[in-house]
Formats: sequence, structure tokens, C-alpha cells
Amino acid sequence: MVVLLLTILQGGMAYRQQAIHGLAVTGLSDQITWGLYIGNFTFFVGVAAAAVILIIPAYLFHRREMRRVTLLGECLAVAAVVVALLFVTVDLGQPLRIWHALPFLGKLNFPTSILAWDMVVLTFYLLINILLLWYLLYKKFCHHTLQVKHYFPLIIVAIILGLSIHTVTAFMLSGNPSRPFWHTAILAPRFIASAFAAGAALMIITFQILHRFSRFRLSKGLIREVALIMAFSQFISLFLLGSEFYTALYRHTAQHSSAVLLYWGTTGSEGLTTAIYLALSASLIGVVILMVRSWREHVPLLNLASVLIFFAIWMEKGIGLVVPGFTPTPLGEIAHYSPTTIEIQVTVGIWAVGAMIFTILARITIAIEYGHLKAIK
Amino acid sequence: MANSRSTRRGFLKGTVAIATLTTATLASSSQSDEPTAFADSIASFLQDHYQRMSKDEIGELLARSERRAKREHGVDIKCHNTSAITGVTFGYALNLSKCKGTRRCVEACVTENNCSRNSNMENIRVLSLPEGTRDLNQSDHYYGVEQKVPEAGRWYLPVQCHQCDEPACVQACPVEATWKEADGIVVIDYDWCIGCRNCAVACPYWARHFNWSKPNLPAKEINKNTHYLGNRPRMAGVMEKCTFCIQRTRKGHLPACQEACPTGARVFGNLLDPASEIRYILENKNVFRLKEEQGTQPNFWYYTDV
Repeated sequence: MVVLLLTILQGGMAYRQQAIHGLAVTGLSDQITWGLYIGNFTFFVGVAAAAVILIIPAYLFHRREMRRVTLLGECLAVAAVVVALLFVTVDLGQPLRIWHALPFLGKLNFPTSILAWDMVVLTFYLLINILLLWYLLYKKFCHHTLQVKHYFPLIIVAIILGLSIHTVTAFMLSGNPSRPFWHTAILAPRFIASAFAAGAALMIITFQILHRFSRFRLSKGLIREVALIMAFSQFISLFLLGSEFYTALYRHTAQHSSAVLLYWGTTGSEGLTTAIYLALSASLIGVVILMVRSWREHVPLLNLASVLIFFAIWMEKGIGLVVPGFTPTPLGEIAHYSPTTIEIQVTVGIWAVGAMIFTILARITIAIEYGHLKAIK
Repeated sequence: MANSRSTRRGFLKGTVAIATLTTATLASSSQSDEPTAFADSIASFLQDHYQRMSKDEIGELLARSERRAKREHGVDIKCHNTSAITGVTFGYALNLSKCKGTRRCVEACVTENNCSRNSNMENIRVLSLPEGTRDLNQSDHYYGVEQKVPEAGRWYLPVQCHQCDEPACVQACPVEATWKEADGIVVIDYDWCIGCRNCAVACPYWARHFNWSKPNLPAKEINKNTHYLGNRPRMAGVMEKCTFCIQRTRKGHLPACQEACPTGARVFGNLLDPASEIRYILENKNVFRLKEEQGTQPNFWYYTDV
């Protein structure tokens, strides 16, 4: 906790520098307008959406095992949405003016602007998760018997919103014909598939940590189910990426120069190309481990696969998707970007905020779930 | 709707009143009628959307913008908000046979529009392309002007905001800080922009630029004739773009880039006037529009003499 607080503090200090001197302290430019911040935003919207991989089996397919951990999934979703919202906020040139996005008081360009859509669905997704978490915990706290039919409509809305947040984030990028690298219909399905894989990976690791350090008990069956979801999602994600590869690289057209630059490399962007190959290799190793049943069920190997896939998707979606889309620019200029120390410090600070929120929420949830925190009868 | 609107206005007005009162009390010792910098910044922070403002509010807004320029840059600017003239839709045509890549238009634009110096803030880009191709990926944006232009084997393509009829940037803005005016000019309210840069991502012409830090403007170089939606000095963290020199063209003058062009490659005018030169060109020359397939319906045409 102290470590997290200190990390948040150094992030705050770095952000102060950015607030004073402007976004010029970042590595961004008119050529590469979005970088580490929006990359992380995109990735964490995916993590938030991944809560539905627990909710769908638990409530639509009546998996008892899953139902026991949906609350932790909600905690993860809340923390991830907050992280995502913080990443957009630090990316703004005039963050104090964010009230301009309020309906009526400000002037939200809804439904025309997809960014406005994104703000709306993210806010509602955050609210509904807080509401669900509050309702379920409060009922347990007061020893009321829970009846699924009472809150099932909320579950359905949460599932729809969970899928929407990441779809809308993909649409925000893919709706730009001027940026051919993103202008592809399979961007949203790719986002959902990779988000499910990364989310499952994060859950597998987090659940084990909670099992070790708290009263939370993790069953073998649950870990197997989450691992299977990760296996399928990662396989689909790679298949979709492969399809993109084919259309981009079979014939080199000016339309696809972003992809060619990314994978073939160019002077000044070696870092990015190395990163994308590392990510691809990690993805492939991960998916091979997951595809073999005995390997997938071997916990250390599963953990390795989870770490590899989480890292690979963060790299591929966070850095390897947002940044390359900007180069060449619509006027054909090749540009480079590498984040500055301040940008990295702010980013790490925001991760720490997320970890902090999750830790607090998970502690309360586990205490109530296992009956250590309850109303006096 | 009318009700919620009046509530919103009431709320905003109330907050502004409180803020002004507080700051007025704080500033009473300075014994000046002029609002303090703090009072102005609070008023700017709470100001309504430009298109919803009353005449009085806009009057205050312009005065505030002038005071801001005085404080930040030490210059007495005149900030007006001349509206669009009825019966006028601006259009631009550029003769590629005549353009020799001198980049005079760029220099004139930077000075006229109070663009930040030494930071590559240029709202016109002149691309140097090898002869025989229009593949922008082969363009050079940074050819030195000191070298003799035109270079053999190259042609030049100036690009600026195309003031599209279906602007992707306006569609992208989450807070309606940018819109298309009645005379076709796409403007930005720098006091409303949140600096998310989604418009810059959407624009196919790379015509939108961000103030990454506070603009660097030497006081003696500032153009004092400014328009609220045009060339008034900007702040850090907001977008800017070409406005067809709104501060000049709405008063019947030509844009700075047109005046500065030494070869007469640029033709600016009213598309609704059948007798205008631009109409003659559109009707008699073989014109084309850049990236027409993007579907943004630009009001900027290119043509050649042959």
C-alpha cells in the first residue's frame, strides 16, 4: 500500500510538470498525436470489458463456480474503467474544461462524435458496476437472501455495456478513413477477442495472488474455465490479426504503408518494430501453451502463458496499434515517437491508482463474501 | 428543453456572479475597474458555448480576449467577431502549374495568424513531390527554401484546411468546440476546446495543429487585427487551423497566403458569385480535389494550366 501511494505520488509530481509546461513535455507531436496515454486507455477499456467473461458464463450459462467470483470481476472492471478515464484525462490539453462534455451544462456532441459515445458508455459502465457491486455486497452484508431475478436486468445491461465500451473505443479509431491502419471492420472484433484474452490472463494471476494473501479460495475448476476462455480468445485474436496481416502485406499499396512500416521497420522506428515482434512472439508462445491441455492445466506454465499474453496484448494494442496508425501522416510524412520520462511516470502512477482501487475493493468484497464483515443481528 | 436551458443559464450566471463578486472583493484594494487576471480566468472557465451566448456576453468575451492578450503578450489587440456575410461561400483554387514552392504563403500565414514561432506551427504545408507521382508518401515536407526553388524534377503541392462541407473534424469533436460557419469556414472556439485532438486524428488533410505549449509570440510581431474565431493569440493545450484568414476575408480582403504568393498561383473568392474568378476557374479549368474519395466535400480545388 505504501509502495502504491508513493508510486501515485511520483505520478502526480510528473503530471504537475505536464500541467505547467503543457503536453510539450511528452514525446507526442502533431504527427503522432496520441501515444502512451491513449494506448493505455484503449488497453484498459479492454480489461474493464473483460469482466463480462465471468458474468456471461455465471448468469447466462448458470456456472456456479463463476458466480462466486463475479464480484471480483466487478472490482476489476471498476478499477480498470477509472484507470481508462484517468488516461484520457491526462491526455487532454485543457483537462479543467472537461465539464464541456456534460449534457445541457456543457455541449456534448452526442450522438455524432464517437468520442462522446465513448464517454457516455464508459460512465454508464462504471456506474452500473458500482451499483451491482454495492447492491450485492449490501445484501450479503445484511444477511438478505439474494434472488437473481431481482438484479438480472442489471446483469444484462452490464453485459451489453461491457461489450459496447470496447466496441465504441474500436469505432473511435476505425471510423477514420484518413487513417487506413485502423480503418478496418475487424478492429472491434479484434479488440473484444484480445481484451478477453488479456482480461482472463489478468484474472488468473490476480485470483492466485488473492488465494495466497487473503481468505479468498480459488478452485481448480474455476481456473480451468478461465484458462479455456483465454485459450479461445487468444486464438481468435491471433487469427484476426493474421487476416489483417494478409490484406496489408500481400500487395504493398500506399493504403497499407503503416503496416509495412511497422513490421518491416524503418530508420528511427526500430524500437517499435522490435516491440511488435516481441509482442507477436509472446502471443504465439502463449497460445501454444494454452492449446495443449496438459500444459494449460499445469499451473506454472499457465502462469507463464498468462504473463506473456497480458504483456503481448498491452504491447500490441497499447503501443503497436495506436502509434503506427499515425505514420505516415495523411500527408505522407513518416514520424517517430518515444515516450518521455514524464509520460512514463504519469502512466505508472495511473496503474498504481488502479491497483490501489482494486486492492481496497477486493478486500471489502472478500471480507463480506466470506462472512468476516457483516451486520450485527 | 427550454426549461433545462434556462436552468443551465441560470446556474452558469449564478456561478459567474459569485465568482466575480468574490474576486471583486479580493481586488478592491487595487482600485481599478478592470477585472483582475484571476477574475478573467474564472469567467473564461465558466463561460458558455459561443453559439449560445447573448450579445452582451459576447461583448464581455471580446473584451476579455483583448485583456488576455495584453496580460500574456503585452500588446493591445483588437478582437472582433465579424459574422459571415449573407450570400457568400468561400472557396479556394490553386494553380499547380504556377506554384514554385517558394513557401511565401506559409510565412505570410504564420505572421498574419499569430502562429507560434520556432515550433513548426504552420497551417499551410507545401509538399515537394517527384515529377510523375501524386503519392504523398514520396513527398518531402522539409525541403530547404534557401535552395533554389523550383528544383528540377519536382513539383509542389500546398495543402491547408480545405473547409470541407462534410468536415470529419467537426463530426469528431466531442464538445462541439469546432463548427462550420454560414460562409463555409470551419472555426474553433479556443476557449471551449478541451484539447483531446480527436479532430486532428479525423482530418484527412492534416490541417489541424495542436498548441503543445504556450505559443511563442514576440510582442512586436503580433498582428493586432484579430478575430475571436480566427487569429487571436491562442493558449497552450488547444487546437488551431487555417480559417481562410477570417479576420480579413469577412471584411472583403484577401487571405494573407493569396496576397503573398509571388506567382499568382492562388485564387480565392465567393463561390456564390457567378462573376467571380474562382467560378470562372471551376467552370473552365480541369480542376480536381485532393483525396476526394474521403467524402468530406472540400471547398479547395487544384488545377493546372495545361
